[in-house]
Amino acid sequence: MKSNPTEADLPIAELRKASKHFGGVVAADDLDLTIRRGEFLSFLGPSGCGKTTALRMLAGFETPSHGDVLLDGKRVNDLPPHRRPVNMVFQHYALFPHLTVADNIAYGLRQLRPKLPAADIAKAVDHTLETVRLPGFGKRRIWEMSGGQQQRVALARAIINQPKLLLLDEPMAALDKKLRRDMQIELQSLQRSLGITFVLVTHDQEEALSMSDRICIMRSGRIVQVGSPRDLYDRPKNRYVADFVGKSNFFSGTVDSVSSTTCRISTATGQMFSGISTQSLTAGQAATASLRPEQISLTRQSGHGVKVRIVALIFLGEHTEYLVRHDTLGDFLVLVPRQSEASEGRFDLGADAYATWADGAALILADD
Amino acid sequence: MLVLPLIVVFVFSFGARGPAGGYAPGFSLENFMNLGARWAAFKNTMVLAPVGTLACAVIAYPLAYFLALRVSAKRRTLLLILVIVPFWTSILIRSYAWIFILGGKGIPALIAWMGFGSIQLINTPFAVLVGIVYGYLPLMVFPIYVSLEQLDKRLLEASADLGCPPGRTFLSVTLPLSMPGVATGSMLVFILLMGEFLIPAMLGGGKVFFVGNALVDLFLQSRNWAFGSAVAVALVLIMLVTVTAYMRATRRWAGGRADVSLM
Repeated sequence: MKSNPTEADLPIAELRKASKHFGGVVAADDLDLTIRRGEFLSFLGPSGCGKTTALRMLAGFETPSHGDVLLDGKRVNDLPPHRRPVNMVFQHYALFPHLTVADNIAYGLRQLRPKLPAADIAKAVDHTLETVRLPGFGKRRIWEMSGGQQQRVALARAIINQPKLLLLDEPMAALDKKLRRDMQIELQSLQRSLGITFVLVTHDQEEALSMSDRICIMRSGRIVQVGSPRDLYDRPKNRYVADFVGKSNFFSGTVDSVSSTTCRISTATGQMFSGISTQSLTAGQAATASLRPEQISLTRQSGHGVKVRIVALIFLGEHTEYLVRHDTLGDFLVLVPRQSEASEGRFDLGADAYATWADGAALILADD
Repeated sequence: MLVLPLIVVFVFSFGARGPAGGYAPGFSLENFMNLGARWAAFKNTMVLAPVGTLACAVIAYPLAYFLALRVSAKRRTLLLILVIVPFWTSILIRSYAWIFILGGKGIPALIAWMGFGSIQLINTPFAVLVGIVYGYLPLMVFPIYVSLEQLDKRLLEASADLGCPPGRTFLSVTLPLSMPGVATGSMLVFILLMGEFLIPAMLGGGKVFFVGNALVDLFLQSRNWAFGSAVAVALVLIMLVTVTAYMRATRRWAGGRADVSLM
């Protein structure tokens, strides 16, 4: 049985071969992306990678030089921002300093024509203030609010309009770490309860990993890989992605052999790594083996793995992170869980140890 | 040092005219009783200073808006310099140019040539107003320009993002947030206009004179220092009252906003 596609199956927004040029600079290059209804999607990348340009094309602040922007299946390239059913939480909130908290939040509803009754607006504002956990703050002035509170006001000002897309431009950049963590959790639960599609721009991989359903990794104006946090962590397309998502150790070498299941590379000094590859590689090609710190373990028993020396260690509670040095492989990170310390004991700074990993545990990545 | 001349003027205002002019000591309120004799000067000043300030603000705002928000950074500097250029020559010389432009051989001749009849421009309140706007415009443009330049442009984007069309964004974001600049400029121009005497003397031709002209006349021509001082004291009092009222009003309007500070 075949069912007709319903509205719920239609993507809420799409970028189709969307590019943006500023003079000779290509800020966004041929972006193809489908944003699913109700998902939490993050654009992740370093500054200047085009993630903000992508967001601004969705908001309507930038018109694509080529390609299309679609909202709910309709091409909106020429629709100005004030006519798009999309709202944004700005990087430094951009709250109106001459208005009270309540007036800031009511701003969007007051633009509706025909006008809404004032009582309805007041009710909606009170309700939204409660949603962002600022009940009774309506009469306050913006500058009387702390950074975290201002962020909630910015959030309230956007969600009260029930936008089809809520765009968040590095919303947590100005918050301290503890507050950021709380806000991440809150934002995530808010997204679930409101059912609004969230699109976040961030350069903080931890933030993207912890909050998103899917992450779109960008570099120099292009999309490198789109996938769930787990996909990106377990199957990074290349070294860039592996480096951006979680911590990883990289060992470069050349491809020795490729089979249907595994790929083997050797480093310049003859060290071998094997594992699956995420792109098709050919023998003789330069490639990088990626090993996550938790895939490596430390032992005192000689004859296992490679001999290393502990050069630094960070106690993280459940885990201890060791930076170890090998004669030819250089420095790499090893994450040792607490329970394995029980059997092997603790490793002291400067001590010798043997680092081991399962054969085939590595990911063999193309450099690009 | 700053208040000493003021004290002297205050003391003089109760004295009398010396036999050969200047000042003779004494104490009477006679000078103040006679202020009515200069009523026309007070009336002209009290009408043309606020009207001139308003005219400056109305003309300066679009200019400042254009400079701050509509011009590329490169051309902005050039245009800003053009706004200041008139200050490089004395107002005296520039006023002579206006005497010619507004005089019989200037615009009125042009209008007569086009067949719209003859009109008198020079030596009218209108001519003085033109001179005022011309002379004081830069003083109004700059504070407004600065407040518009400092306006966080993301607020305009935020307004658009929330569904507000550009025209309404101007009224609900740009204009209120640039009011401090308008207030500062108005204060500056108004205070200076209250003491103005050159422009009315040149373009008003003795028919439209300000309190400033009355003072020049009393101190330099008829050498009645005592009466002149009384006129000056009256002017200072009027200014004190109006400026205080103005500041009160703007402060109330600002509603204790932290981003608004007036002097």
